[in-house]
Amino acid sequence: METGFVLPDLESEDSAEFWAGCARGELLVQACGRCGRWRFPPRPMCPHCQSTELEWVPVSGRARVWSFVVPHPPLLPAYAALAPYNVIVVALEEDERIRMVGNLVEAADGPINAIDPASIQVGEPVRVVFAPVEDVTLPRWVRT
Amino acid sequence: MAVPLRDRVAIVGIGQTEFGKGLPDTELSLACQAIKAALDDCAIPPGEVDGLASFTMELNREVDVARNVGLGDITFFTQVGYGGGAGCATVLQAAMAVATGQCRVAVAWRARKRAAKASRPWSQVPSRLADHWQWSRPFGLLRPVDEVAMLTRRYMHEYGATREHLANVAVAFRKHANRNPAATMHDKLLTREQYLEGRWISEPLCLYDNCLETDGALAVVLVPAERAVDLPQRPVYVHAGSQGLPRQHQTMINYFNDDPLAGPSWAAAGHLWRDADFGPADVKVAQIYDAFSPLVPLSLEGYGFCGRGEGGPFTDDGALEWPDGRLPTNTAGGGMSEAYVHGMNLVLEGTRQLRGTSTSQVAGADVGLVTSGEGVPTSALLLRN
Repeated sequence: METGFVLPDLESEDSAEFWAGCARGELLVQACGRCGRWRFPPRPMCPHCQSTELEWVPVSGRARVWSFVVPHPPLLPAYAALAPYNVIVVALEEDERIRMVGNLVEAADGPINAIDPASIQVGEPVRVVFAPVEDVTLPRWVRT
Repeated sequence: MAVPLRDRVAIVGIGQTEFGKGLPDTELSLACQAIKAALDDCAIPPGEVDGLASFTMELNREVDVARNVGLGDITFFTQVGYGGGAGCATVLQAAMAVATGQCRVAVAWRARKRAAKASRPWSQVPSRLADHWQWSRPFGLLRPVDEVAMLTRRYMHEYGATREHLANVAVAFRKHANRNPAATMHDKLLTREQYLEGRWISEPLCLYDNCLETDGALAVVLVPAERAVDLPQRPVYVHAGSQGLPRQHQTMINYFNDDPLAGPSWAAAGHLWRDADFGPADVKVAQIYDAFSPLVPLSLEGYGFCGRGEGGPFTDDGALEWPDGRLPTNTAGGGMSEAYVHGMNLVLEGTRQLRGTSTSQVAGADVGLVTSGEGVPTSALLLRN
C-alpha cells in the first residue's frame, strides 16, 4: 500500500545491506574490513585507512537521544497528517560518534506523533525497534 | 610561488532587480536585468564581459545570459555547488580568474524565482531515495529547516544558547530591513514578543528563524584593481576569500562526524584569515548568511568573532545592530528580512558598506566580512576599500 512516506531505495548499492538487516530485525553498522573502524552512513571506502574492504556488524541497538525536532506544516501530505511529530538523532551506545536519524515511538508499530514532545530529553536512553512501512523496514526507537 | 588574491581585484559594479513574490518577469529576464544594472553601475559595456560565475542551482545558462545581455567572447565560466554555500565563491572564483588573466571583466550573478511553492526543492523529493537523503527524510526530517533545527537543539543543549539569542538575530536584521527601502520587510516591524510568539516551523525554530521566499536577481562586476580606480564607483577590493568543505561533512544533515557543530565556517575561516592582513577584530561590519537564525551564532564562532559556544551570548546587548553594536550584521536585512536570493544580496550589501552607501552605513567601515551558507560547503569574502 502506498503510504506517501518518502522511503529508501532498497536496491541502492552502499546501503542495501543496512535495510536488509532492518528487515531481519538487526541493526547493522558498516565497519572497515581492514582497520575495523565503524562508519555511518555506509560508503565504499574507509576514510581512516582507505580500504574498500568492509563488513557489517550487528549492534546492540541501545542508544541515547542526541537531539530532536518537532516539525510543523508545511510538510509533504503524509507527514503533515501526523504533525506535530518528533524526529530524533540517536548516538549508539557502543560508539557515540555513530548517529542515526529516527523517531521516538511507544512501540514498534506506534505512530511517530504519540510521544509528548515536551517529555523528550536529550541524553535519554532508547533502544531500536523495527517498523514496517510498505516494503521497507525502518528503525525507530523506544524508551528503555 | 603562490600569490594571494590580496586586493588585486575589485568589485566595481553592483546591480539588482526589485525583490518580491510572484514577480512577472522570467528568471532569465531578471538575471539579465541585474547584470545590465551592474554593468551600468560601473559604465562597462556588455561586450567587454569575458568571465561569468554563478551557482550550479542557477537555472539560467551562461549561453542564454550572454546572448541576451550581449556579452563578449567568454573565456572563463564556472558554477559553484551547494546552494547557499556558493554565493561568496562565485565572486571568489571570478576574482581568481581576473587575477590570473583568464578574463578581464567578470560577472557573478544569481537569479531566482523562489517564491513559487513549486520551486521549494524539498517539496519535490522522489518517493524512493538512493542518495544520502535516505538517512533522514524517511523519518520526516524533510526540509532544510528541520535539518538545521536538529543541530540547533543540540547547540542549545551543549552550550546553553536560547531562543532569546535567536530573537536577537531576527530582530536586529528586521530593524535594518526597516531602514532599507529595497527590503521585502521594509514596512513590517518585528518585536521580540512577536518573535517569541511566532508559530513553530520545526521546534525549536519558529517562523521568524527562517529566511524569506523571494524572487529577484543580483549581480556584481569585477575587474583588476588597476582598472578599478578609473571607474565611477569607489572600488571595493577582494582582500581574501575561501571556500570551506570540512572533513567528514555531510551538508545540512551533518550529524555523522566527530564534531557536527564545528561546521563549514571553520574550514573556510582558517584559510581566509591565513591569507589576510586582518583578523576578526578588524572587521567593522559583517554580512553573515542567514537562511536560518542559528547559522549566525554558529558562523560568529567559526569565523572567530567569539569562542566556541559563545555565539549566542555574543548577540546580546544589540551586538548585531546598527549603529552601535560591536559587529553590525546584515545591515540591509539579510536573507531573513531583505531578500533570500541565496546570499547574493549579502555580497551586494557588503560592497555598499565599503562604498559608504548602505542605508545603515557603519561609520568608518573599511573592512567587511561576507559569508555564505553555514551548514553546507561554504565560502567567504573579506572585502576592503
